[in-house]
Amino acid sequence: MDNLFASFKERAEAVSAEVHRCGTAAEARDFVQGLLKEVGGTALWAPCAFLEAEGRPAFPGLSYDVTRERAAEAKVGISQMDWALADTGTLVVDATGVEGRLVSTLPQIHVALIGADRLLPDMASVLGRIKPSKAGYLSMITGPSRTADIERVLTIGVHGPERLVIVFVEGSAA
Amino acid sequence: MTTTFKESIQDALANPNLRGALGRFSEAYKISREKAYAGMDFEAVRDAVRDVKAYGASHLEELAEAFKAKAEAAGAKVYRASDPAEVKAYILALAKENGVRSIVKSKSMATEEIHLNKHLEAEGIEVYETDLGEWIIQLCHQTPSHMVMPAIHMTKEEVAEVFSTKVEEGQQPDIPKLVKFARGKLRNRFLGADMGISGANIAVAETGSLVLITNEGNARLVTTLPRIHVAVVGIEKLVATFQDVQPILQALPRNATSQLLTSYVSVITGQVPNTDGSPKQLHIILMDNKRSEMAADPKFRQALQCIRCASCLNVCPVFRLVGGHVFGKVYTGGIGTILTAWFDELKQSDDIQGLCIQCGACKDVCPGRIDIPELILELRRRLAVEKGMPLVQKAIFAVVNNRRLFHSLLRAASVAQKPFAKGGFIRHLPLFLSDLTDFRSLPAIAPRPFRDTFKEIVQPECKEKAAIYAGCLIDFSYPEMGESVVRVLNKAGIQVVFPEGQTCCGAPARYNGAYETAAGNAKDNIKALLEEDVTYVVSACPTCTVALKDDFIATFESLGMEDAIGDARKLAAKTLDFATLVKKLVDEGRLEFKDGQQAETVTYHDSCHLKRTLHAQQAPRDLLKKAGFTVTEMKECDICCGMAGSYSLKLPELSAPILERKLENIKDTGATSVAMDCPGCVMQIRGGLDKLGSGIKVEHTAVRLAKRLK
Repeated sequence: MDNLFASFKERAEAVSAEVHRCGTAAEARDFVQGLLKEVGGTALWAPCAFLEAEGRPAFPGLSYDVTRERAAEAKVGISQMDWALADTGTLVVDATGVEGRLVSTLPQIHVALIGADRLLPDMASVLGRIKPSKAGYLSMITGPSRTADIERVLTIGVHGPERLVIVFVEGSAA
Repeated sequence: MTTTFKESIQDALANPNLRGALGRFSEAYKISREKAYAGMDFEAVRDAVRDVKAYGASHLEELAEAFKAKAEAAGAKVYRASDPAEVKAYILALAKENGVRSIVKSKSMATEEIHLNKHLEAEGIEVYETDLGEWIIQLCHQTPSHMVMPAIHMTKEEVAEVFSTKVEEGQQPDIPKLVKFARGKLRNRFLGADMGISGANIAVAETGSLVLITNEGNARLVTTLPRIHVAVVGIEKLVATFQDVQPILQALPRNATSQLLTSYVSVITGQVPNTDGSPKQLHIILMDNKRSEMAADPKFRQALQCIRCASCLNVCPVFRLVGGHVFGKVYTGGIGTILTAWFDELKQSDDIQGLCIQCGACKDVCPGRIDIPELILELRRRLAVEKGMPLVQKAIFAVVNNRRLFHSLLRAASVAQKPFAKGGFIRHLPLFLSDLTDFRSLPAIAPRPFRDTFKEIVQPECKEKAAIYAGCLIDFSYPEMGESVVRVLNKAGIQVVFPEGQTCCGAPARYNGAYETAAGNAKDNIKALLEEDVTYVVSACPTCTVALKDDFIATFESLGMEDAIGDARKLAAKTLDFATLVKKLVDEGRLEFKDGQQAETVTYHDSCHLKRTLHAQQAPRDLLKKAGFTVTEMKECDICCGMAGSYSLKLPELSAPILERKLENIKDTGATSVAMDCPGCVMQIRGGLDKLGSGIKVEHTAVRLAKRLK
């Protein structure tokens, strides 16, 4: 697992994602709180298993009522991912629920929470687990939004988030 | 070639931004793409892509129906359209029915292909492209110059100017700021749109899923925020199973942008909730537009294996000089030439197919294993059949097809050219060749052809024999190359025979679409070369070698001359290029070169056919090293020198800058000489260096090796 994590971190960081690892769910919440404080603005947290298991924290500026208007205004969107792929630094999520999509597309910063046990080696291992008939909208996310459409110069943050903050959470229901 | 086409080439060449940006990009691309494939077997990946796509291409109808059933079961509406007018009418009716005033689009080549925006805008509907590159070109009413990077031809200054005049004054040429500006402006378009239109990179029959691959995140917004989603999908995007997406996801990002994976991949299956919780209308239009016709064509079916990565543009020595707009309005570069001929019409490709220099660089990187150069030759052949050949060309090929006449004319030319030749080069050729000598000198026709000097070579009697196939350039301009081949083989105990009946290999005719002439040449040569009882047929010209090994068979196949193919295969089986044969003889211990390190450093130029068709890039390098030379590599050693037979005659304005770059790369190595295995490349590069007054020696590997025999 450590090897997979090291590989994931290297690949994800190579495409400008930020990768963190928290030992407990409580630690992860502290991390999110710290981040929200640091960047300011409003934040939206999409419903997820992590919240169901641990209860919803009340941080300043944070809301759980996900609408397109709030998502468009929010600085930070928080949602939970289903799998992580070590060989490309990719997150995979069943994004059929529109809340998860709104908080990961419109805000400037996307915080992606994921259970440390959800790490898989590669695309082949996740394609075997995915059933499109069960999930109408699957998203794979590899780093923040990017473009090189002007003079081939890489620029981060076009229509999607300009920061992707990935938080692995160990030993929790997440 | 039409005057307007020639003018468009001149305009593109005169645009320094274009040449600078594309040149730098193509250099960087080669390195970054290789890095993206590190630890991965590209050949295996593209075998898998080819298999998946070839299956799709041969089961279009079946997969389309399976897809429709699955997607509709999941709540989508699937409309199958055979031509562009139907697609446009469907979308317009849908928009009207739903009171749509504003549409956001993510990048879709299928909608570019049918000029959808124009149609909708004419009805008063606002249409916004949201991919940054597409938005830029939409604002200034241009067409994409590249399938993946539509605005790659523009500088940041031009983009700032477009934004300032079309959107909001005062934009500065600062790329991050321009990107931020686009994000801000388009954000409201996303939020305000009633309909989102996307394409799809893959459509999965087994599950009815669409796969969208993007970097900017615009496709996620287009498919999430508006209440209606319309996907316009060419039916060649269909694959059978969900597992089939894997090789495409591996190859497309790596080949297109040297990424392991794009930022976003979305897999959409049926209806999903809108932002207000209501079910989203999903309309999928499976568009045929001549794709079924293409699938029914045994030659062109493979073009449906294209996954639109645009790597054929990125490695093309011509594209990097002129960019995409010279090629046409929608699909550009190598594959674009083929798609334009089909989706538009054959005669639309008349000029642009001539841009292909037949170097084969695209074939080497194509993840769908499409033989793009071969398909372009096939277009050339069909064009020649459809509209006939220019009279002058016809007359030339009639001569080439008559060996005795052709050879006696060449002999006569060696006398006639005397007043023009100086130091082995012709400075000013009469008539139609005059353009050509502007940028390089041409070789003089030798006073005595190789077929005459051959008879005077004293050879040992050997049990094993090889037939030499000279080819026109060695026979009539560079007999010393032929003589070197004989000396080297003699040393290894092989006696060389020269079958008198041999003639032009037919490549010039074939590359100009004159397949009948090429077939005539092929028959003459097969007869002459099979008459001899020899172990090998050897040629020191890679283009001729490819003709003998592959093209004769391919020409016969194209013309349905099944009877001739058996003998062509017999000849192919014993034909080898010079370097490969000699390497084999050295490995067998039959041949040695002088010991000791030579003082001289050579750099090696890979000729297109030798490297990319015959895959013999290592043998000549090994041989030169064994013969005591220090081999130093040049940048872009395997990029075409710009010769390509009559290409340098027809498009000297493109051939010249390609050569210029090659000469720079040669000079940069500091080597005192450059070796290569193709007499055509020798002619081009020697002429170029001579013109520059450079002292760098240009020699065929055979000539160098012959002087180092033990």
